[in-house]
Amino acid sequence: MRTTFIIFRRELASYFATPLAYIFIVIFLVMAGTFAFFIGNFFNRGQADLQPFFQFHPWLYLVLIPALSMRLWAEERKSGTIELFLTMPISMTQAVLGKFLAAWAFAGIALILTFPFWITVNLLGSPDNGVIVASYIGSFLMAGAYLAIGGALSALTKSQIIAFVVTAAVCFFFTVSGSSIVLSFLNGWAPAGVMTNLAFFSFLTHFNAIIRGVIDLRDLVFFVTVIGLCLFANAILVDLKKAD
Amino acid sequence: MEAKIEVRHLTKRFGPVTAVDDVTFAVGRGEVLGFLGPNGAGKSTTMKMVTGFLAPTRGTAAICGLDIIAQPIAAKRHVGYLPEGAPAYPDMTPAGFLTFVARIRGFDGAEAKRRIALAVERTALSSVMQQPIETLSKGFKRRVGLAQALLHDPEVLVLDEPTDGLDPNQKHEVRNLITALAPEKAIVISTHILEEVDAVCTRAIVIAGGKVLIDDTPGKFAARSRLHNSVRLMLADPAIDARTALLRLPGVAAIEFIEDGEGKALLVVPQEGRAIIAEVTDLVRTAGWPVAALRVERGKLDDVFRDITMKAA
Repeated sequence: MRTTFIIFRRELASYFATPLAYIFIVIFLVMAGTFAFFIGNFFNRGQADLQPFFQFHPWLYLVLIPALSMRLWAEERKSGTIELFLTMPISMTQAVLGKFLAAWAFAGIALILTFPFWITVNLLGSPDNGVIVASYIGSFLMAGAYLAIGGALSALTKSQIIAFVVTAAVCFFFTVSGSSIVLSFLNGWAPAGVMTNLAFFSFLTHFNAIIRGVIDLRDLVFFVTVIGLCLFANAILVDLKKAD
Repeated sequence: MEAKIEVRHLTKRFGPVTAVDDVTFAVGRGEVLGFLGPNGAGKSTTMKMVTGFLAPTRGTAAICGLDIIAQPIAAKRHVGYLPEGAPAYPDMTPAGFLTFVARIRGFDGAEAKRRIALAVERTALSSVMQQPIETLSKGFKRRVGLAQALLHDPEVLVLDEPTDGLDPNQKHEVRNLITALAPEKAIVISTHILEEVDAVCTRAIVIAGGKVLIDDTPGKFAARSRLHNSVRLMLADPAIDARTALLRLPGVAAIEFIEDGEGKALLVVPQEGRAIIAEVTDLVRTAGWPVAALRVERGKLDDVFRDITMKAA
């Protein structure tokens, strides 16, 4: 626990040692705002809720989270620090967990900084704050799932660019598989089972359920399971690829 | 002597390539083992397995009696490791980096400060403590890596090319540091600089193609040279033909002309295992040749090294 926390602290601090952290946060906030106001019609809908804000999170994460996760292991492998890191008296679990939690905490900080939206909507009307809290939790869990996928893929390569592109592609699949575009394309000719399964693996399906106020524990469990499996894969991939 | 590092039948295969092939050795307290070999001989791979970074295909290593495969975390606590190229987090400062290493090694507060201060003093890092590591010169980066390895005062030090990329003064300092640490620790260093073996090592292992070819003291190692105990003779008058007379001496195998930075000279090569300095000096005196320089060559590690590793290749 203590060791994991020490790794966590170093990793989190390293985000802020470069301009990456600030660029990430600024872009995240600007894009979240732009989407909510201009595409989501935040004001004109005449409803006091944050759905137009949250509904774009999967798409925002799709682009931004790989930028955060790409460096997790690829950078360590490229610079050779992985050799130093993994010959310290730490376990693989502590290493993977410490790194992942730092990236997740960073995403959490960016998410928390969107609180002015919450304040705004509360000033303008009386939204269902329960749904908003659930949406924030859902968004945070979804960010964790994207990060866990990205972390595992980052262990596969020394190149951060490759890690970024592959992660974005894989995350894209996990996102659009439940979107109306894909599902309507399949509708009518693909077996219903395929569509249900495809939709089940989509982050959109689970996240949209949460932000509509349908709080189902299964949607949260889905994200937690994805995170768990990806971290497990991450540990195995680091072990397999560290020598290359 | 109790072995602090024990390597048994260590083997590593990468697909069809056998990088390390059945390597066995032991290093005790007070020993400095020089790991020699051409690039790609398997030196670094062996070190990576000893320190627990890579899992061996076969065989194992034990640090202070702790098996690196069965008890990796306990074993790693006793090792200070400088990986090849001395990697360190580029955007951290040495101060931040060493604090992180101290914490991970289980030191906090005053104890961490004390240990960092000692490691910094030993490696002369104090002037760059607040600069990002990526802005440091190669010499300082290497010393950051050394400081990190020394921080917890480990019983075992594994240093992969500790002087690579340093200037002659820095090399000298690092060698002094290793010599100063030697009595308390079991040290393994890898290098392809042979003078380093002479300067700091009590034992040398030559490895090529993943196999141990020689495990001996540097002195005996040099004695394997064809030129061991050969006599270098430089005459003040180059016109004199000393060759025929020298060749007739008992124990002389060959005469070679050499020309290097010191000038032209004759190298009198003995038959294997013989010492011929007495015969040569006698002859020089009787013949009355004007001598500019006369000395016995120990034999160069370089030659032995080249001989052995070329034969293996």
